[in-house]
Amino acid sequence: MAGAPLTDTRDYQRPEAAPDADAVTINVDGRPVQARKGELLIAAAERAGTYIPRFCYHPRMKPVGMCRMCLVEVKGPRGFALQPACFVPVEEGQEVLTQSDKVRKAQDGVLEFLLVNHPLDCPVCDKGGECPLQDQTISFGPGESRFLEEKRHFEKPIAISELVYLDRERCIQCSRCTRFADELAGDPLIDFIGRGDQLEVNTYPDAPFASYFSGNTVQICPVGALTASPYRFRARPWDLEQVESTCTTCAVGCVVSVQSSANRITRYLGIDSDPVNQSWMCDRGRFDFEAVNSEDRLSQPLIRRDGQLVPTTWGDALSRAAAGIEEVRKLHGPAAVAVLGGARLANEDAYAWAKLAKAVIGTDSVDAQMGDGLPAELVLALPQATIDEACGADAVILLGPDLKEELPVLHLRLRQAAVERKLPIIEITQTATGMTRHAAVSLIHRPGEAASVVRALTDPSGAASSDVAGVPGPSLAAARDVLAGVARVVVVLGRPSLAESAAAPARAAVALATAFPQARFLSALRRGNVRGALDMGLAPGVLPGRVGLNQGRDWFGRAWGQVPPERGLDASGILDASADGRVQALVLLGANPIEDFPDRRRAEQGLDGAGFIVAVDGFLTESSQKADVVLPAALYSERPGTTTNLEGRITRLGQKVVPPGVAWPDWMIAVELGVRLGSDLEMDTLAEIRDEIEALAVSHRGITEELLNTAAARDGIVAPLGRATSEPAPAAIDPMSDPGIGAVEHHGVKATAPEPGARRRLVTRPEGQPPALLSLPDAEGGSGSGDPAPPDAYSLRLVAGRKLYDGAVSVRHSPSLAGLAAPAGIRVNPYDLDRLGLHSGDRVRISAPRGSFVLPAAADPGVPRGSAWMPFSQPDGGASRLIDSAESVTDVRLETVQGEG
Amino acid sequence: MPRLAGPNLERAKETIGLYPQARSALVPLCHLAQEQDGWLTPEAIEHIAELLGLTPVEVLGTASFYDMLHTEPVGRNLVGICTNIACLLAGAYELMEHAEESLGVSAGGTTSDGQFTLEELECAAYCDKAPCVLVNYRFFGPVDNAGFDQIVDDVRAGRLAEDIPPHGTLSRVRREGGLQVPADEIATQRAAADTAKRRRAEEKKKLEESRSADAAATAPQPGGQPGPASGGAE
Ligand code: SF4
Ligand code: SF4
Ligand code: FES
Ligand code: FES
Repeated sequence: MAGAPLTDTRDYQRPEAAPDADAVTINVDGRPVQARKGELLIAAAERAGTYIPRFCYHPRMKPVGMCRMCLVEVKGPRGFALQPACFVPVEEGQEVLTQSDKVRKAQDGVLEFLLVNHPLDCPVCDKGGECPLQDQTISFGPGESRFLEEKRHFEKPIAISELVYLDRERCIQCSRCTRFADELAGDPLIDFIGRGDQLEVNTYPDAPFASYFSGNTVQICPVGALTASPYRFRARPWDLEQVESTCTTCAVGCVVSVQSSANRITRYLGIDSDPVNQSWMCDRGRFDFEAVNSEDRLSQPLIRRDGQLVPTTWGDALSRAAAGIEEVRKLHGPAAVAVLGGARLANEDAYAWAKLAKAVIGTDSVDAQMGDGLPAELVLALPQATIDEACGADAVILLGPDLKEELPVLHLRLRQAAVERKLPIIEITQTATGMTRHAAVSLIHRPGEAASVVRALTDPSGAASSDVAGVPGPSLAAARDVLAGVARVVVVLGRPSLAESAAAPARAAVALATAFPQARFLSALRRGNVRGALDMGLAPGVLPGRVGLNQGRDWFGRAWGQVPPERGLDASGILDASADGRVQALVLLGANPIEDFPDRRRAEQGLDGAGFIVAVDGFLTESSQKADVVLPAALYSERPGTTTNLEGRITRLGQKVVPPGVAWPDWMIAVELGVRLGSDLEMDTLAEIRDEIEALAVSHRGITEELLNTAAARDGIVAPLGRATSEPAPAAIDPMSDPGIGAVEHHGVKATAPEPGARRRLVTRPEGQPPALLSLPDAEGGSGSGDPAPPDAYSLRLVAGRKLYDGAVSVRHSPSLAGLAAPAGIRVNPYDLDRLGLHSGDRVRISAPRGSFVLPAAADPGVPRGSAWMPFSQPDGGASRLIDSAESVTDVRLETVQGEG
Repeated sequence: MPRLAGPNLERAKETIGLYPQARSALVPLCHLAQEQDGWLTPEAIEHIAELLGLTPVEVLGTASFYDMLHTEPVGRNLVGICTNIACLLAGAYELMEHAEESLGVSAGGTTSDGQFTLEELECAAYCDKAPCVLVNYRFFGPVDNAGFDQIVDDVRAGRLAEDIPPHGTLSRVRREGGLQVPADEIATQRAAADTAKRRRAEEKKKLEESRSADAAATAPQPGGQPGPASGGAE
């Protein structure tokens, strides 16, 4: 049943629950209701179809019982009495009345009180039409007020951050926002001030609510007190349409509702997907839709004529692109063509491009990672974990970037597990991170030496008690204690720093996998659909379905006609080969190596050396500007499809607006190029591509179009099937916890991802045994074994990480976010700063063999002695100008600048 | 000297040590800062936040609840006139009017020399001496217009310095010699309490287990399944 609404849970039967020792039966308005011990009355009743009104209760936060809207009668030893249903756990035999006269009177009273000071400026309020206060006043309120006196007044909206406005007159003091900021975001920067009749939510003067998660407070505020600056006065809920989709800004893959009005995206709201984002989003993911709406988008194909990029037709541009590729292939062989990028693409696009590159063009030099990830075979071979498994583990080892900056909602989930269930997190890191406060032990080590730390950590003799790679012996001992005897270990594995080569974390990962054979790995690679791109074979040495090139040769040879004879180059190999002429034609698939490859000079030389460049992109970037042919691509929210998050979970991409001009989805571009290169990719619809993926990609066996269309698929399907334990049914959308989504749905549009119900040709599986999935022995831990020699006394070893708001294209083209990118600077331990005769705030010249530039220095005790931290790419520059990606680590020297800046 | 400094910082640390959770020392630390500066300066709020591992807005959130903690500057002497029922009946409003005139400020204001801040109080529990006046929380009553002027003159001239310390000082008697109860004693007692708590929890669990085992042995399992998912505020 293609096109069935995904959130329509009416006909969805929950899987039969096993007989449960914790089951209790309560009685709600005379009906028996099954519940679980410890469950809150309000939730048990809701599940059984009895809706109890509420304001302060939110299913994803601890109850506080503050607003009293949920009063019901609960029978106790002295008969029935009013109690807040959000604060009373169910008990066997409990009798509850939710409709009695007493309850109605209580609801009337509470609403009358809430409206005493409420300005009732609904006609000019963003929440009007989706407001729980409006809705519940009409459903449960008295209809009139006896209050004639003057209401409380506050200055109308004040900006509590760059993104959030607060109208204190509208606030009903439910504390959802302050609790979210404290409990979940861990950024308690707003609080109740002046408790009493003048109570207000506010920040500390001059300390704005600068939280990466601030947008969530707007989403859950049950009135129009909190509004988001990118949405204020843009639309009314009844003018909005929505579709369910997945955020692809990072690899967490938060399930979202994309809402639009008049073919413009107006906002994203987080959908409560239990295994993934539990209704939360980060602010970058929430607000970077502005880039999709941007005037700067590429809307038509461009070709280079007389040195200038000029508009042309698709036919012309595609012919030029195909001719350029064909010429290189004829003259220099297929290996002289390379494809860089693909992590922005949907799964279907990635598959189509992998097939085009590997089967039609015949090159294996394809890489979706920009040298900022980990070896594809290693990532695909490691036993994978889900976010739930990480949060429910006995211990988590974090070996990756600062999650708060790069995978914010994963940070949120792990932080919550650390705070609420005391999940011990062992952090193997090069500087303090957003998780350090919550980690059981932080092993802060010298760049390039993670493997040594892991060896010391997992040393069975446990004898090593001295310092290792800068980590004090006692910290190692403490970490060993945490890990002693634990059964379920999950390693969150990513690229900790771009200033060291990928070999260091790769070696450490293999050492961890060897020491903890039962451990599972959760990828912390950050790019949107990098996991999907790797699964679909957009990397050297692999083919779709998580199989190696050699293992899959026969299978795909039969299915596709040909596969490349030998392993190709990865991103840095491609750039080098392009610089010295071995690669002549380069396809940039949404790739911007000049800004994203760790070593900027190498990327520039690579692009300058390429004889012919085709760029498929949404924007003209520093890299795509150098192309000979530029093909405009449809972005997120402009096309349907599927995407894969860091767990290997496949979710839907929904289309809500049409792409600008004549931009196309990437898979269509691949198909059309294929035709011009003399091959029919045999893909006319997305459904057909999915059928082919299901038939040929071993890891995706059984993940059919039909399965992806079931209600249970809203939370995604983890590939391969049967790996993740039974998926719970997605919850129905609660209009009071995420009012924006429920209201738009209520106004008539379902949050669904409709698919054109297209005719599909039959894909036949090739004869013979399908190849085996990659497993660890196939994967190399990266070459080189030893630790780098320590830096000399005058140098500091560089650590480079990304900030959430950086110089990325999607941030730069989102006006609300662009200003949030902090200026670049270098952070150094106060001891080193002192030693080098520098002061915090000084402008210093930072020199590395690659080059030098001037930035302010700041003292930061979170950076260990001997190291220095720099952002990788801020709008005003970053570490990529200093990093030589051929070196295992990067050392820099600092000196004061006299008379400059 | 707006941050806590010197002996005050020592006292702050000592106070924090008294509680299992640092945050519990929040209100005592606010009093300490107010004693140092006469009011809670932003710098002090930030310092307290630092000492307790909170954000400044969390400190402000708590401090702003208490009328006796002042997050805006006040004069060296805080003169409060109760206008609640007993004092009102005894002429508190007339007294307030007189006070405003003679100090030249309205309620809430501070005299230009920074000596006096005048404020309106709710019942100060001195009803039997209504109308009453509090200067830095030291009680006077009943007070008539002349009496009020007399108090103001006396305070100005320093004649009441013995009785009335500057605003912010709760008590001039300092408990010296550190903690009354030695820290290890506290630790021992805490440990004992924790053990007892754990034991009680275990006993309760055992009891419940044996009960449910009994129940399982006697009663058949209910066969009900949770119903189909539904919801929404229809
Ligand atoms: S601002 Fe909104 S979420 Fe925050 S307390 Fe007020 S009503 Fe609740
Ligand atoms: S955490 Fe990642 S997927 Fe989720 S909203 Fe942010 S950018 Fe999007
Ligand atoms: S008191 Fe229960 S929802 Fe607010
Ligand atoms: S009414 Fe003034 S002290 Fe009680």
